[in-house]
Amino acid sequence: MNPHYDIVVAGAGPAGLHAARAAAQAGARVAVFDDNPRVGGQVWRQGPRHAPQAPLREVHAALQADPNVTLWSSARVVAPLAPRALLLESAEHGGICVSYDQLILATGARERLLPFAGWTLPGVTGAGALQALIKGGTPVRGERIVIAGSGPLLLASLATARAAGAQVVAVVEQASAFALARFAASLAATPSKLIQAVQLTRGFAGLRYWTGSVVREARGAGRVEEVSIMRGTREVTLACDRIACGYGLVPNVTLAQALGCAINDSGAIAVDDAQRTSVDGVLTAGECTGIGGMELARVQGELAGWAASGVTRDLRALRAQRLHWQRFAQRVEAAFALREAARALPAADTLLCRCEDVTVGEVSGYADWRDAKMHTRCGMGPCQGRICGGAASTYFGWQTGQPRAPFHPAQIGTLMAACGHEPPRNRMLAED
Amino acid sequence: MSEHAGASIRVTIDARTAEVEAGTLVVAALAMAGLRGTRTSVSGQPRAALCGMGICQECRVTIDGRAHVLACQTLCRDGQIIQTTGPR
Repeated sequence: MNPHYDIVVAGAGPAGLHAARAAAQAGARVAVFDDNPRVGGQVWRQGPRHAPQAPLREVHAALQADPNVTLWSSARVVAPLAPRALLLESAEHGGICVSYDQLILATGARERLLPFAGWTLPGVTGAGALQALIKGGTPVRGERIVIAGSGPLLLASLATARAAGAQVVAVVEQASAFALARFAASLAATPSKLIQAVQLTRGFAGLRYWTGSVVREARGAGRVEEVSIMRGTREVTLACDRIACGYGLVPNVTLAQALGCAINDSGAIAVDDAQRTSVDGVLTAGECTGIGGMELARVQGELAGWAASGVTRDLRALRAQRLHWQRFAQRVEAAFALREAARALPAADTLLCRCEDVTVGEVSGYADWRDAKMHTRCGMGPCQGRICGGAASTYFGWQTGQPRAPFHPAQIGTLMAACGHEPPRNRMLAED
Repeated sequence: MSEHAGASIRVTIDARTAEVEAGTLVVAALAMAGLRGTRTSVSGQPRAALCGMGICQECRVTIDGRAHVLACQTLCRDGQIIQTTGPR
């Protein structure tokens, strides 16, 4: 299968869906794909007991009704192909070599998951992961859950867990009470966010919300049974069935890097005022350009869609909205910046790389990520360093993003679909 | 991408039949079946889903004979055969 589209959109979250809609409204032939079985990304995730939210229903219906839009779910990028083409692996169609005039990257973000003793026990997940699992049908009724890490996502996860009948024993936030108080006061600038915070927490009534605290260790025989938490210098142990711990989000930039797009100092795709990357014909929108939330992603997506289609129209109102939500994002970032306790290296025998079972101690002596990989196999398993690379960069300041195709385990039939196409650069397949 | 809400479908998990609601993710069906560890790591530890969104690969299972399928990104389908490599 070798289809061509005017515009291809990678990612069907708020940014990607709105980019696709704007581009299609401008008359372009558009394909949108996503690795999940359903559209909506993480923030608009649906499930058996979670009907699609109104904003998702609206944009999804518009795309489905448009004959110029093709939507592929359960399809992920395996490799970029030159010129202006991607090799996808689709659960339904197998290998697809899709070519484009313009590409819009809306690849979103993932959680920053930092190791602690016992974090490999079944029952330990990310904080956003808990929400995703519950929405997908995972039963948690009656379970005692500790939600930990940092950021507003902990509160979203709290609300979902409570609604599913879980008993949330505590929410453990690394940020200081002072930083949070200042952030709460700043919510006056975004009243919708203030209302959301009150709804998610039920006004904090009956909630153990511990600030300046971090998870230190998960313990149990074959599964989580208890967690120890550092509240400042004091250690507290809580009995629980699950620990959902995530320290904010990190942009997904693998594809952008492989295409040669510049990455900024925050680890996000560098983007200009028109949502263009440093590579001609490649635009980008949403949290892969910096963590900013759903509202910002939608606006950026729409701007990217118009820009990619080359239509001239008055975008001043959209740009003003973008600025409004960018400022909110800056306040979130400042309030929840990782403090020393969260960045502290866990005990040497803690596993860093879960794919290859490599410990923190085995890795910490090396000069850089490449050296550590070569000597320990850290980051060389199926996840390709997406989990341990983020942790290594937090602890050691290493540059860990060095994507190589195939980006994910792929079937040989998918790779054969790429025959006749050349890889974009020799470095993609050569030894580095 | 659509299904009838509330409709029930049957899957087989490690040779045991389980009934789940349409729209349920395979990773959720594994939890309902009482499986905590769904994979055994290279050093023999039990593992289960960590990231819930297709990044960590911890939830990979064999589905209908195809290995290394991510349970967190796969919907249950009637008649599906799921095999884990977790501790028995």
